[in-house]
Amino acid sequence: MKILKKILLPITALLLPFSAHAQTANPAPPPTAQAAPTAATAPVTNDIAAKPADSVADAKAAAPKSMDGSLPGYTPMKPTPGIGMPKAREVDFQEQFSDNGKYAKWINNAILIPIIFAISIFVLGLLLWIVVRYRRAANPVPSKTTHNTMIEIVWTLVPVLILLGIAYPSLDLLAKQFKPAPAHAVTIKATGYQWYWGYTYPDHGGFEVISNMLKEKEDVAKGERYRTDNDGPKQLAVDARMVVPAGVPLRIQTMGSDVIHAFAVPSLWFKLDAVPGRLNEKALTITKPGVYYGQCSELCGARHGFMPITVEALPPAQFAAWVKAQGGEMPDIKKAAAAPIPTATAPIATAATPITPAPTAAAPAAAATK
Amino acid sequence: MTTIAATGEHFQAHTDDHAHDADHKPAFFARWFMSTNHKDIGTLYLIFAICAGIIGGSISGLMRWELAEPGIQHLTSWASMVKGSGATPDESLHMWNVLITAHGLIMVFFMVMPALIGGFGNWFIPLMIGAPDMAFPRMNNVSFWLTVVAFIMLLGSSFVPGGTGLGAGTGWTVYAPLSTSGSVGPAVDMAIFSLHLAGAASILGAVNFITTIFNMRAPGMTLHKMPLFVWSVLVTAFLLLLALPVLAAAITMLLVDRNFGGAFFDAAAGGDPVLYQHLFWFFGHPEVYIMILPGFGIVSQIVSTFSRKPVFGYLGMAYAMVAIGVVGFVVWAHHMFTTGMTVDMKMYFTAATMVIAVPTGIKIFSWIATMWDGSVSFKTPMVWAMGFIFMFTVGGVTGVVLANGGLDDNLHDTYYVVAHFHYVLSLGAVFSLFAGFYYWFAKMSGRHLNEALGHLHFWLFFIGVNVLFFPMHFLGNSGMPRRIPDYPEAFAYWNQIASTGYIIMAVGVLVFFVNVIWSLAAGRRAEGNYWGEGATTLEWTLSSPPPFHQFETLPIIK
Repeated sequence: MKILKKILLPITALLLPFSAHAQTANPAPPPTAQAAPTAATAPVTNDIAAKPADSVADAKAAAPKSMDGSLPGYTPMKPTPGIGMPKAREVDFQEQFSDNGKYAKWINNAILIPIIFAISIFVLGLLLWIVVRYRRAANPVPSKTTHNTMIEIVWTLVPVLILLGIAYPSLDLLAKQFKPAPAHAVTIKATGYQWYWGYTYPDHGGFEVISNMLKEKEDVAKGERYRTDNDGPKQLAVDARMVVPAGVPLRIQTMGSDVIHAFAVPSLWFKLDAVPGRLNEKALTITKPGVYYGQCSELCGARHGFMPITVEALPPAQFAAWVKAQGGEMPDIKKAAAAPIPTATAPIATAATPITPAPTAAAPAAAATK
Repeated sequence: MTTIAATGEHFQAHTDDHAHDADHKPAFFARWFMSTNHKDIGTLYLIFAICAGIIGGSISGLMRWELAEPGIQHLTSWASMVKGSGATPDESLHMWNVLITAHGLIMVFFMVMPALIGGFGNWFIPLMIGAPDMAFPRMNNVSFWLTVVAFIMLLGSSFVPGGTGLGAGTGWTVYAPLSTSGSVGPAVDMAIFSLHLAGAASILGAVNFITTIFNMRAPGMTLHKMPLFVWSVLVTAFLLLLALPVLAAAITMLLVDRNFGGAFFDAAAGGDPVLYQHLFWFFGHPEVYIMILPGFGIVSQIVSTFSRKPVFGYLGMAYAMVAIGVVGFVVWAHHMFTTGMTVDMKMYFTAATMVIAVPTGIKIFSWIATMWDGSVSFKTPMVWAMGFIFMFTVGGVTGVVLANGGLDDNLHDTYYVVAHFHYVLSLGAVFSLFAGFYYWFAKMSGRHLNEALGHLHFWLFFIGVNVLFFPMHFLGNSGMPRRIPDYPEAFAYWNQIASTGYIIMAVGVLVFFVNVIWSLAAGRRAEGNYWGEGATTLEWTLSSPPPFHQFETLPIIK
């Protein structure tokens, strides 16, 4: 085991060279974000992707660092073990924290699981009965039956009826999942980079939070931040979380800056590919404050397994405090409603660049992006 | 189904008749390297598929070894071994992607397809329809050797730069832009070219099978009298012919994007990465039926033989395969539910995908009805066929779960998907391969395999693959993504059990090889129709092994 650890340590130590700059209080967007639209044209090798981020880390080296990710007015929420994260020996889905997630889990556990178990056991039972009853010793003379129209119609129609029974809730779930977010929903854009996530808040001043996986204590230099249990489980915890308000409709947009990634949080029943040049969008309402973990779910290169997602849902007031700590502003809803829409016609490709518009324009711009 | 007018002696080639020059087997090199004989080419394909299967299976062993416990244990040393010097951490992680890519491509293109279509198809389609050989014997040879070169290209790609490290680390799906701007270096080009060659080989093979089956059936063997294995290969050949050119186009576009400044899939220049996925899965979904339909055919023959009954609902069985083939072309985007498609598309692909369960159900129930009130003997091939029926059912019902676009929002790209497609492939297609092997081995080699070892192989393999793949459903439910070399500690328990299952399965495969070697060295000689009364298709009218050229006098089917 010791030898294995020795191999393991240098790997994890080098996995994430750019965690240092991520929790800076100043939300100046890192160069990687601006480079995003052009990144697709250049061959994206590891070296190229890593360099800009490293240079940012150097530039910010003088800034004061917090060892637990806290900011003035914000302390990261401590996760509850087994909630919003996988549990050891679990066979079922994670506990769900969105209405669609609860509905989807119910469809699986209350409708599909009984049906597929019944079918499998039925087939197994028939096979076992054949073994007992129709083995050569028990039934030396085979029948010559080769057709029975009635039974053939039955075993065609019964599966059709079963599938119709499944299709109804299934299509209903799809309709619910595709219900667009209301105009006042909070927009968050998750951008997949090789190999970390960036979360942009266009309604709140357009700042971007860069989110890297946290290294273990034994893998970091002295004085650098490492993962603690407050951050969450190993390989799921990040240095800067995607903080969102709980109980409020969210409009989650995803986009890839280099290759395709996928933004996925199992306990929210949410998975949406982050494709370069596309702005995907899906509504989500998180029913309860908490910390919810996920991982990139589309093969995106060497460190695909090491770009986790941590969503922290806070009560709206605390969310506002976090936004302030990031240097952003809460949108003024009255002014926003009166503002004109034309910003929405901005081409999609430019959406990858974090914008810092007047606070009044931010909300409608995001609301009408889709 | 098929009634044979004459006895075996009529169709034997006159091995001692020197007037027939064609009956002389060519010398070693000419016979095996310039072969135009469907049986020899079939044998070559089977040997090739076994070699590829050993390599692809060993790669999955490396993967289960690395995944047996949390942390990166072995990747660094493997990557260093391939590189010849110390590998950096990123090169080591890239090695993981090379392993999953190679495992997928090898098992699909160089194990299952060559074994089922090239091996059993070549061997038994002419025998079952009463033809002397395939329609285009020399093209048949070209198909085989193209496949070999393709395989060498793919293996070679592991040793040249592929972006972050050596080898192509794009996954078997080769998604752009990871496969274009995301992987510089010749490895991905080599892998793509390997797919081109393998695809061209399969297209030639498909043309050959379609022509053979349509034009070379013995007098009296109408389409509706063909054995179901012939039907299955016919449908498969059409799927190959229609699907593979689309793959060839898609990966050619990848080559253009990679090397000639193209922008088909480059968003910054007006291309669309998702277009590649549509093209790939338009091929990729029929491809899964290409891998399983010949297995359906083999299982139908075996179930009928060992129940001593004709196949129940023959026409329903044949047209169920046609229906699966047709519907298989209009469900592809269920592989892309999370790419951000519209609600209408998602609803359509959910509903269309579920429809496939109906013809599949017809097949499952017809096999059971064939056994029902039969006089069933549980020889090794029959045990594999029954294992196939049950395991394919389990893999099929999880497919119905995944068909639901709304549920796929959680399950997509998790281990649930890995469990599902290994149940239909590793426990479906591979079970049918072993069933066919035990069924026909003595026909091909002239020597019996050992029954006891065959049963031991079955049970070890059956238990092994279930211990290996069933826990993956749980991992997928609780959120473990595919294609990651390391995982959070919470996933450790089921991963360790899965890796244990691999060991059980591997022991089973060892038993299989012992059995084959023992049989070739000392197996009992097989007579022409060693399965007796239930075996009614034409290959059983010939000696075991059949003469070098058969059916010089065409059999008459009443």
